[in-house]
Amino acid sequence: MGSAVAGRIWQRHTLRQKLSRMSLWLVIGIAVLLSLNSINVIWEFLLDAPEQMLDMGRRMWPLDWPYYPRTVHAALMETFHIATLGTLFSMIFALPLSILAAHNITPHKGLNLVAKTLLVASRSVNSLVWALLFVAVFGPGPLAGTVAIACRSVGFVGKLLGEALEEVQRGPIEALKAAGATQTSQILYGYWPSVKPAFWSIMLLRWDINVRESSVLGLVGAGGLGMAMNSAIDLFQWDRVSVILLTIFGVVVLGEIVITFFRRKLI
Amino acid sequence: MSGQGMQHTLPSPAGAPVQAFRASWGARLLALLVLIYALYALGQLDFSQERFIRGLDNGARFLGRMFPPNYRNWAQLLTGLVESMQIAVLATFFGVLVSLPIAVLGARNLMPSWATWPARFVVTLCRAFNPVIVAILFIKAVGFGALAGVLALVVASVGFVGKLFMEAIEEISMKQIEAVRATGAPFLSVVTYGVLPQVMARLVGFCTYQLDANLRNSTMVGIVGAGGIGGTLFAAFQRFEYDFVLAILLTIIAVVLLGELAANYVKRIFSV
Repeated sequence: MGSAVAGRIWQRHTLRQKLSRMSLWLVIGIAVLLSLNSINVIWEFLLDAPEQMLDMGRRMWPLDWPYYPRTVHAALMETFHIATLGTLFSMIFALPLSILAAHNITPHKGLNLVAKTLLVASRSVNSLVWALLFVAVFGPGPLAGTVAIACRSVGFVGKLLGEALEEVQRGPIEALKAAGATQTSQILYGYWPSVKPAFWSIMLLRWDINVRESSVLGLVGAGGLGMAMNSAIDLFQWDRVSVILLTIFGVVVLGEIVITFFRRKLI
Repeated sequence: MSGQGMQHTLPSPAGAPVQAFRASWGARLLALLVLIYALYALGQLDFSQERFIRGLDNGARFLGRMFPPNYRNWAQLLTGLVESMQIAVLATFFGVLVSLPIAVLGARNLMPSWATWPARFVVTLCRAFNPVIVAILFIKAVGFGALAGVLALVVASVGFVGKLFMEAIEEISMKQIEAVRATGAPFLSVVTYGVLPQVMARLVGFCTYQLDANLRNSTMVGIVGAGGIGGTLFAAFQRFEYDFVLAILLTIIAVVLLGELAANYVKRIFSV
């Protein structure tokens, strides 16, 4: 019996696991090679890229600083408002949807499916595409941008919050139920305290993403920094483009600092 | 002294019972401030009810023109979709390829600070700008088309996978690294036998997520001219073919959903 154990060959994966892994690697390899071969690209352009980049850098320098107080600052504030308002609006819609999507709060398969489909649809469409849609609806301007940001964020916040709600421990909920609490009280006193840290961290994360995204929405006419950038690029004023890029970089760094500060306070 | 464990209210330091679930004044103040800010911002962006209602009216007409979705130009749709997929596959592949060494270089538990700082700087720089902005810069460098899209999404992938992978490496258990090092293994063997087995499952998760994200983002970079189905979408918008727009959007949603299913499958295979 001892020799049988000693003679056994130890393997981490079964034959079937090995085969499925190998075939997956094969599929990945084939996908990459097929894409490389058939993609419509003129590879000579890639060789030319460093020179073109250098040329762009030379046009961007020196920066057109007086442009900042004249136009960029107002656009920056607009971007900030779009991102913050969009996040607030998304919160209002994401809360009920996430409750409907969580199967432990809403034990109804049909409602779960409807809520989840809405959340997926919101997430699958990019915020720039949402902005295109709402520019067609509301006309160009920050209103379209805000609604676009809200529509895109609902799916993100709703999905993550719904998952957090589904992971809530049964104990406190059972206790509330045993005490005769209504559904509303269960949500307010059972679910909400346990998902509160997750909720705030999701909202902060989304706000950070929204600040970055709202800076490009202007490219399709939805207000903010992107609008200024679009006109500067169209007029080949690369020294102004660099001012805007630097502003966006500054905003992103500032956003990161604010997020870290609040996360430490709230969670 | 007596009656420990019989108390039903929480004792506070002052001795008075504390009521559970009481809203704190700080939270109320914060909520009020947020409300005031929202009203101020609404005024700044010059939202008016009348404009919003007119917009809804517009939206109804717009929705009416979107239905039913028009799949007559399916050949054009397919070309754009295939190009988007090619962009996503290549960007994910090269993005992950580039971010692996950067993540190892940036992990503070494996590398000295002269290596981690540059690596971290590269990752932060890649994350700082939206893929659309990066795409615009690459369009200037390599011209309109799929190449600019691939390059822009490679940068985005390095920013995302690089950062998360770096953090995953920093969380590994150092005992196994010590054990591999104790056998006299060179650095590369430490990485392949000590680090990778511990983070492989998470890496697969990041990669499948990034493929999904790149597929979605490739619809976006197309809007500024970097190839893929985004270009088709933008062209349809500009020609006011809203029924074709809806067809494209529905196709994108379906492909993203299918991609999510495929990602789950891949994760299952690699998780054992």
